[in-house]
Amino acid sequence: MTETVSRPAAGAHPSSLPLDVEAIRADFPILSRTVRDGKRLVYLDSGATSQKPRSVLDAERDFYETCNAAPHRGAHQLAEEATARYEAARATIAAFIGAPAEEVVFTRNSTEAINLVAYALSNAATAKEPEFRRYAVGQGDEIVVTEMEHHANLVPWQQLCERTGATLRWLGLTDDGRLDLSDLGTVVNERTRLVAVTQQSNILGTINPLEPIVARAREVGALVLVDGAQSVPHQPVDVAALGADFLVFSGHKMLGPTGVGVLWGRYEVLDALPPFLTGGSMIEVVRMEGSTFMPPPQRFEAGVPMTAQVIGLAAAVEYLQRLGMRAVQAHEEALTAYALERLAEVPGVTVIGPPDTVARGGAVSFTVEGIHPHDVGQVLDDLGVEVRVGHHCAWPVVRRYRVPATTRATFYVHTGYDDVDALVDAVRKAQEFFGVAPAEVRA
Amino acid sequence: MQLESMYQEIILDHYRNPHGRGLREPYEAEVHHVNPTCGDEVTLRVHLDGDTLADVSYEGMGCSISQASVSAMYDLVIGRRVPEALETGEHFMTLMQSKGDAAVAEKLEDELEDAVAFAGVSKYPARIKCALMSWMALKDASARALSAADTEGRTA
Repeated sequence: MTETVSRPAAGAHPSSLPLDVEAIRADFPILSRTVRDGKRLVYLDSGATSQKPRSVLDAERDFYETCNAAPHRGAHQLAEEATARYEAARATIAAFIGAPAEEVVFTRNSTEAINLVAYALSNAATAKEPEFRRYAVGQGDEIVVTEMEHHANLVPWQQLCERTGATLRWLGLTDDGRLDLSDLGTVVNERTRLVAVTQQSNILGTINPLEPIVARAREVGALVLVDGAQSVPHQPVDVAALGADFLVFSGHKMLGPTGVGVLWGRYEVLDALPPFLTGGSMIEVVRMEGSTFMPPPQRFEAGVPMTAQVIGLAAAVEYLQRLGMRAVQAHEEALTAYALERLAEVPGVTVIGPPDTVARGGAVSFTVEGIHPHDVGQVLDDLGVEVRVGHHCAWPVVRRYRVPATTRATFYVHTGYDDVDALVDAVRKAQEFFGVAPAEVRA
Repeated sequence: MQLESMYQEIILDHYRNPHGRGLREPYEAEVHHVNPTCGDEVTLRVHLDGDTLADVSYEGMGCSISQASVSAMYDLVIGRRVPEALETGEHFMTLMQSKGDAAVAEKLEDELEDAVAFAGVSKYPARIKCALMSWMALKDASARALSAADTEGRTA
C-alpha cells in the first residue's frame, strides 16, 4: 500500500472550456471553503444538489428584508409587493422553459410534482365534478415508465397502480445504457393512460430520445410526463418543442434554493385535473357543505407558498440565462468527454452508461475493480473530492448492470478540468490505498 | 491522510479473508438486511444449540466496512449464549457512537477484540450504518430463532 506508483501526468486539457470557470467560482461562496484538513473543495455532486451563487442567496435575503408577506392574501402594501415578486418570479421561471406563467405550478421539488400528478389521476376516479374525471386512472388502464427512472419517477406510479388497480409497464435498457425502444409499440398501447420518462438519467447520464415516445403516446391518446430534474439544469429545454403534457424539475439542482420545484403542465390538462393538496389559497368558494376550486396554477398551490425560495429560483434562472444554457450544455459536454477519456486511461475503471458524449449529459458513474464504491468515495472524500456513492435512487439501474452500487461524478458551471484531474488522481490513490492498482501502471 | 484511522489493517484483513463466510445448514432463522442508503446487503443464518450460537453463517455484498464487520462479529459470537452475544453487540453500538473518543475504545478493547479496530468508523457518520448492519441482522435472526424454538417447545 505504500509502494510508489508512476502516474501519467494529467492529460493536456483539450481546449479552453466554454464557461469562465474562475469567474464563476468567485460567485459561489461555498467554493472558497476547504474540507478534510485544508483540501480544496472539489464538488462533483451537483447531480444530488447544486451549490448556490451569491445572487440567489441575496435574492432570498432581500425578499425577507424588504417585503416579506404572504402572497395572494391581504390588501396591505407588503402583501401586494410580495405577490408581485412571487408572480414575477413565476413569469421568469416559466419563460425559461418557454411556457406561459399560468402553466407553472410550484411544488416542493420534482418528487412532489410527480406525486401531485399521480394523486390527481387517482383522485380523478372519485371526483364528484364530472369535469375532473377526464383523466381518471382505473382497472384495465396502464401506466408506462422506464427501467432508467429515479425512484421519484417510479415509486409514485407503482403506488398509483396499487391504489387504482391499473398495471405498471416499463421500457427496458440496452447494455450501453440507453432506452430499449424495440417494444415501444406494444408497451405503449391503447390501454396506456400516461408515460413517465426521464429526459436525462441521473445515474447513466443518458439523454433520452423523447420524440418517438411522445409520438407513440399521442397515437394512443396517453399523457406524457417528462422528468426534467437532471435536464432542465443542464441543457436548454423548451416545453413547446418537447410536446409532452407535464415537465417536472427541482430548484435546488439548478443553483436555486431547496424547497421549491416546478410542475409545468399544458393548461388544458391541468384544468381538467382535480387538486392534490387542498386548503387555503386554492379555493374559490368554501361552505360547510363543500368547496369549489381556483383554476390552475392556484388550484395546485394550497397553503402559503415557498415565496422566498421561488424568488431565489428566479434569481438562479437569471444566473443561468446570463451564462446561456447552450454554453452550459457545451461546457458540461467538454468536461464529460475529458472525464470519460481520462477515466478510460485508468485500468480497472468501468464507466456504467454511454461511453461517449453522443446524447449524453454530465453524470459519470463508474466502478473500480476490487474496491466497493463506498470505499472509493471515502478515499476521494479524504482528498477533498466530493462525489456520490450508492445506487443514486435508481436501484433498478444498478441491478440491471449487475453492480452493487457506483461512484458518480456530476458536473456543473463551476466545474473545471482541474476538478476532473483531481477526480482521476483520487481514483488512482484509492487503488493504491487498497492495493488493487493493476499491474500495468506499476513502476 | 486520515484514512488509516478508519481502514485499520485488521479491518482490511477481515475484508480480504472473511471468517465464517458462506451460508450453512442447519439453521433456525435466516434474515436479509439491507442498508437502503447505499445498497449494502447481508443474508445471515443462525443455528442455536439451546440458547448458544452454534453457528452464524452469512453471505453479503457491500463495502469493506460492512463486510469486515460481519467477519469480526463472527469471531466474537460463535459458541456464546445469545444474551452475551447481544451484550457484546451493545458494546459495539457504544463504540460506534463514540465519535472517535479513544477512551471509549480503550475501555471496550478486551470485550470487542478485533472489532475495536472499527473505532475509527465512529468519526464518519455516513459509515456507522455499514458497520452496524451485521449486528442488527444477528439480533434479528437470534430473536427469530429463539422464538421459533419457543413455539416448537410449546407445541411439542
